[in-house]
Amino acid sequence: MATFKIKRYNPEKQAEPYFEDFDLDIPAGSTLLDCINLIKWTQDGSLTYRMSCRSAICGSCAVKANGHAVLACQKQAASLLKKDGTIQIEPLGNMKPIKDLAVDFTPFWDKINKVKPYLQTHDNVPEKERKQSPEQFKLIDDSSTCIMCGACYSDCNVLEVDDNFLGPAALAKAQRFVGDSRDGKTLERVTELSEPGGIWDCTHCGECVERCPKPAEPFYRIKEIMAVALEQGVHNNNGARHALSFAKSIKHSGRLNENQIPVESVGYFNIKGLIELIPIGLRMLLKRKIPPIIHKSIDDVQDVKRIFKELDQ
Amino acid sequence: MIKHDVVIIGAGLAGMRAALEVSKELDVALLTKVYPSRSHSGAAQGGIAAALGNSEPDSWEEHMYDTVKGGDFLNDQDAVEEYVKSAPRIIYELEHMGCIFSRTPEGKIAQRSFGGHSKPRACFSADRTGHAILHALHEQLMKKSENVKIYNEWYMHSLITEGNRCNGVVVSDIRTGAVEVMQARAVIFCTGGYGRVFKITTNAFASTADGVMAAFNAGVPMEDPEFVQFHPSGLYRQGILFSEAARGEGGYLLNGKGERFMEKYAPSRMELAPRDIVARAEQSEIDEGRGVDGKDYIHLDLRHLGEARIMERLPQIRQLGIDFISVDCVKDPLPIQPTAHYSMGGIPTDKFGQVVLDDKGTKMEGFFAAGECACVSVHGANRLGTNSLLDATVFGQRSGKSALEYARTVDFAKVNEGREKTRVLKLFEDIFQRKGTESYNEIRDAMKEEMMKNCGVFRDEGKLKICVDNIKKLQTRFKNGKVTDKGKLFNTEIYEIIELGNMLKMAEIIAVGALARNESRGGHHRTDYPKRDDDHFLKHTLVYPSGEDLEIKYKPVVITKHQPAERTY
Repeated sequence: MATFKIKRYNPEKQAEPYFEDFDLDIPAGSTLLDCINLIKWTQDGSLTYRMSCRSAICGSCAVKANGHAVLACQKQAASLLKKDGTIQIEPLGNMKPIKDLAVDFTPFWDKINKVKPYLQTHDNVPEKERKQSPEQFKLIDDSSTCIMCGACYSDCNVLEVDDNFLGPAALAKAQRFVGDSRDGKTLERVTELSEPGGIWDCTHCGECVERCPKPAEPFYRIKEIMAVALEQGVHNNNGARHALSFAKSIKHSGRLNENQIPVESVGYFNIKGLIELIPIGLRMLLKRKIPPIIHKSIDDVQDVKRIFKELDQ
Repeated sequence: MIKHDVVIIGAGLAGMRAALEVSKELDVALLTKVYPSRSHSGAAQGGIAAALGNSEPDSWEEHMYDTVKGGDFLNDQDAVEEYVKSAPRIIYELEHMGCIFSRTPEGKIAQRSFGGHSKPRACFSADRTGHAILHALHEQLMKKSENVKIYNEWYMHSLITEGNRCNGVVVSDIRTGAVEVMQARAVIFCTGGYGRVFKITTNAFASTADGVMAAFNAGVPMEDPEFVQFHPSGLYRQGILFSEAARGEGGYLLNGKGERFMEKYAPSRMELAPRDIVARAEQSEIDEGRGVDGKDYIHLDLRHLGEARIMERLPQIRQLGIDFISVDCVKDPLPIQPTAHYSMGGIPTDKFGQVVLDDKGTKMEGFFAAGECACVSVHGANRLGTNSLLDATVFGQRSGKSALEYARTVDFAKVNEGREKTRVLKLFEDIFQRKGTESYNEIRDAMKEEMMKNCGVFRDEGKLKICVDNIKKLQTRFKNGKVTDKGKLFNTEIYEIIELGNMLKMAEIIAVGALARNESRGGHHRTDYPKRDDDHFLKHTLVYPSGEDLEIKYKPVVITKHQPAERTY
């Protein structure tokens, strides 16, 4: 017998959410969604959640299980059972709950809309199909598998502190067009995506890759956009400058020059940005956290340079 | 009262394609009980048919013949001809919108083989073609959002008609429970299928006959309801779809003895015979004790394709096997069984998506339908794989165009808002007030079990009579059901109950249609009448409401190029 600890919330009845326990024998081979359905249909019809296809393609049924977002129809319930015989089920994070496990997806879709999620072409419409090689198809194959389930959005660590961040799903959707050989707005796209709230605000924690139920794996898509942005010369922003300064420092000395990177990231001619660095610098000085003024190379720096050279080729 | 020029119910392929068409000029409401990207069109895997000839020479004539033969000659051939002729253009148009397709080495849209098609004609995006098209259309709607208002998580209850004219729909907001009348110059139904009446089905929980029953309740007949397609490769016990593309790419079907049993049933096409034939072959093997380990499943074997091919062409299939039954098809065969998949029948329409009420072509003015909920009929008695995405897209576009042309010419008709709203409010109130003890879940399970057992792959008079009786008993029990959630906010229970009510009527209509058709044709197989009977049944069934009962009429099949011939593969 397993105990499903389900977070209940019905603002018509109580102001605050609470956990309710439901005991259930997990039938062999059941998914988490099968179990939630059994609870609804045999124990409490008022339990509210979304679901539809039950074959991991419609993206309706994402919830948090034991603290992490999962697609309920894709997970075997037995695999989620904790040692104490419980499974904790909560609504997705970073979105407001409406009732029980159903959350308000409005901000999620608003952000998808912001990345201009549609093909924009320059050329005239040909009579037949536009040509695209299998290799070019491959560049957008993974991002196109996204089912908009919101699992990545729920567990994104940046969104938890910054509502302005577009979030992993919208950025993966953006890569779907940045990487599309048929799209004619690559430069405009990567320029917009390099603005605050875009690709450079991702902290590379990789949580979205862990949570993604499909091969879309947003962080890898974000990295692909970053590469295109740098290739296209979209450097005039803190994120790109930071990435370039980072690489330059490693290439030069094999280690980070932590005094130089912040300055290069905000830009040498960005007076306002540079002034804003001063209080942090002073605090670091007082706490004796300032890195050595004279930056030394590591002993094997020649090896690092060789690696860079090979990469360049 | 909410007012829109055109109201479209359902936001799958047909609904969104129709919305794009109408929104060129008029204001559109697109209403879905889920979200557009959650529509069940997205679950289609294998492909969309068009005679592009990208890998072998092909023609619309061959596509037409394959479709008519696959449909066991019950298709209306005038509609089939226009449908297959428009296929290439509609595919190119999707590609121009941005839909992604797997490609040939030269960069053209790749095409693969599919059951019943004599040429490799399935355009595909790996094994998630429906998903690719659904999202491409959704993207277009996000781009042109000003003319289209999308009502996410709204439910359509009834059609408002006055005489033979449709004036709108009554709907409710699932999140708040608020009932609203939506007045329209024209209404398009794109509400999908009703596979959920069966125990084993590929269909989503949302595929519950809402649209067809709303039409039926307004006096519109159901055409050919007895023709339900069982897909040969549903995951054992769950029914989840494993695309026919698995066989298109070269997969084998093996019985318990390890034999490729299709040799006995369709020696020339083998695993790529049409679905009705393969599903019956599987069921025969199982019924005759040659299932795997004597159980009620057989094997889909992909091992010889190799990991590279599977990862390129069938990655989702592989993942589904791993996630749902811990079987990696690279190493082991997949256990499968026939699963209810597609309704060939539906709301009768002409080839422009206009709903028609009888054999004379009498129109329900202002009412259009497209996609699985409609019966044009381009699929006849059995649909070929990859022809449904094409149907949804072609007739989505056509019904949109027809609705646009109609809506331009008429004004809003008067709607008695109070009366229409009260009817639906009473429906809610009636369910809330029930003091019964019956579990809706048990009624639903009993219906699904009944339909699978007595109205499934193999039918006969005895079974069907029992089926009709039992479904009627369930309809009575349904009125004595027990409801637990009486709140307004996001009450999914009440909507499940309403859906069950629709499905119980739908189940009866399917069984009654099947009982009346004393022959075997395409997806409808009667063991007591194992042969096709063109003398008596080369005609479409029309089931009408008649008080509490049903009345059956027929209408002729349109035959133009291909006279019915023996159907062998």
